[in-house]
Amino acid sequence: MAKTLFDKIWDAHVVSSKEGFPDILYIDTHFIHEVTSPQAFDGLRQRGLPVFRPKQTVATADHNVPTWDQHLPIKEELSRYQVDMLTKNCAEFGVELYGLGHPYQGIVHVIGPELGITRPGSTYVCGDSHTSTHGAFGSIAFGIGTSQVEQVLATQCLLQSRPKRMKIEVNGTLQKGVGAKDIILYIISKISAAGGTGYFVEYAGDTIRSLSMEGRMTICNMSIEMGARGGLIAPDQTTIDYVKGREFAPKGEEWDKAVAYWKTLYSDEDAEFDSVLTFKAEDIEPMITYGTNPGMGIGVTQHVPATEDFEPKEQGSYKKALDYMGLHDDEQLLGKPIDYVFIGSCTNSRIEDLRQVAAFVKGKHKADNVVVWVVPGSKQVEQQAIAEGLDKIFESAGFPLREPGCSACLGMNEDKIPAGKYCVSTSNRNFEGRQGPNSRTFLASPLTAAAAAITGRVTDVREMLSELEFQE
Amino acid sequence: MTKIFKHIQTSVVPLPIENIDTDQIIPARFLKATTREGFGNNLFRDWRFDENDQPKEDFVLNHPTYSGKVLVAGKNFGCGSSREHAAWAISDYGFDAVVSSFFADIFKGNALNNGLLPVQVSDDFLKKIFDAVFADHTTVVDIDLENQVIKISSTGEQESFEINPYKKACLINGYDDIDYILSNRAAVEEFEKAPNP
Repeated sequence: MAKTLFDKIWDAHVVSSKEGFPDILYIDTHFIHEVTSPQAFDGLRQRGLPVFRPKQTVATADHNVPTWDQHLPIKEELSRYQVDMLTKNCAEFGVELYGLGHPYQGIVHVIGPELGITRPGSTYVCGDSHTSTHGAFGSIAFGIGTSQVEQVLATQCLLQSRPKRMKIEVNGTLQKGVGAKDIILYIISKISAAGGTGYFVEYAGDTIRSLSMEGRMTICNMSIEMGARGGLIAPDQTTIDYVKGREFAPKGEEWDKAVAYWKTLYSDEDAEFDSVLTFKAEDIEPMITYGTNPGMGIGVTQHVPATEDFEPKEQGSYKKALDYMGLHDDEQLLGKPIDYVFIGSCTNSRIEDLRQVAAFVKGKHKADNVVVWVVPGSKQVEQQAIAEGLDKIFESAGFPLREPGCSACLGMNEDKIPAGKYCVSTSNRNFEGRQGPNSRTFLASPLTAAAAAITGRVTDVREMLSELEFQE
Repeated sequence: MTKIFKHIQTSVVPLPIENIDTDQIIPARFLKATTREGFGNNLFRDWRFDENDQPKEDFVLNHPTYSGKVLVAGKNFGCGSSREHAAWAISDYGFDAVVSSFFADIFKGNALNNGLLPVQVSDDFLKKIFDAVFADHTTVVDIDLENQVIKISSTGEQESFEINPYKKACLINGYDDIDYILSNRAAVEEFEKAPNP
């Protein structure tokens, strides 16, 4: 029978399937971090259980870590305690920790792929909704709650009902200055922040296929922002080339065997999806969000909607969002002064993102009214950026390269956007207070964020691109 | 063991806002505790308290009129982050169920794993509850998990709701997912021994 890619991987990981019960799904690798794991380790202690497969568990500290002077003790007591607790738990239960100071430390969804831990055809979970990132390799990856973290630590399995399948196809040629982040913000703006709930999404089409692994990760990363459990992209030569030679990637004969299997991982031609959506790449402008959920996005030249465009029962929520953002009906964001630019997060902090920003800002300087934070996703990204001299370019542009962590994506560590300030951010969520109490977030691509850093305003990056200064 | 839920009859707290994300339910800066207790103090923190930590009078949890063991909220409740702290905060504050016309997947799973019942009703029925509560704040709802029915006591209007039969049995009997998987341990080990595809 014709099968979707999702079903092929799911079926290969079902330990037990019983009528009336969720499937018992085997998890190949479990990523953990300091925020959503302490209560799970406590649960193991209370039950007197060990970690069932410690070698299939990988830990890092990312949410609470400072991104400046990382060699000093974490200033905030509770943050320090939570990171210390992770160190203690990993030592006690025999889990490998890439903690602060380790050359592999970084955002959990950046280090998995760059270390070759994330591969096609496998299952990954983490107590973090952006685990969907790893689906870019043609794997099943999704976020779980802490009770489930405990479940996977205790059993290497997860009780899970099979979600519905959705295919989202994007075909055609992207405009210059439009990239993966714009594609996903565009899709979410079309189907809403709840449009994918109940589904696992496969992204397909020639536009998706033409993206680098970094771009594919950006797309899959934000699957959760449309409510989907996860998203995945069939592996191809781009995927294989990316994984090859990485630290924990299979080697020698194992590699050949793995690649032969990965080549079987695609949705069969007649495979049935519960929902299929198709978009044209040519329709996508550089995107920006104006509201307080990631579905509230527009092309950068468009105006925000008017309250009366919405159904009466939705108008209250819409007005609340506009009030929070300090915007009004029909306002155009283009030209609006901004205060902060954040380039980082598990969505856009990989070396390709930093290269693109560096190529754009080279020889330019940030606007005086803007504070710019560029935060690499991992220690390895940071080292690579320095090796390529990107840090020097950023410094000449008026902003130093910081140290790896989740940073201003979530207002949990020292990097917070102050109340009332506008931040053009390459992260994934524009919820109220997400980047700090009463902060105001405009989500956008790294290029749109870099353009805003230079002009100090919401800017159409297409107007600043010329053959000389920017090459893909 | 999961907290047991069978049946509840209570007045409700209305929060007619759509797309309430888990960052609103519990902001990230309050996720630093390493136990499950105490999160209720910071439930809806930035809607509930101002920058000087004073209660905001216009927020429903600070409104003396509304109280009860059930939170009724607009559609797409619990979207965003997978933080289970959101379910812990709602439960710790004293709610036993949340009613909405649509729940985000991860939140729904987290709630069920903590004995907090997510009751998904139609848009129409949700509106009926809001209308009844805003007309009379003492309005009582009756949620019967065994029969999967939610009823507005004053008007007698009712609707049935869906729940995964396994999770229903877990809530009624206090069963736990980990115990269930551990009882299948032989199958897990057998699966591990089978050659990789």
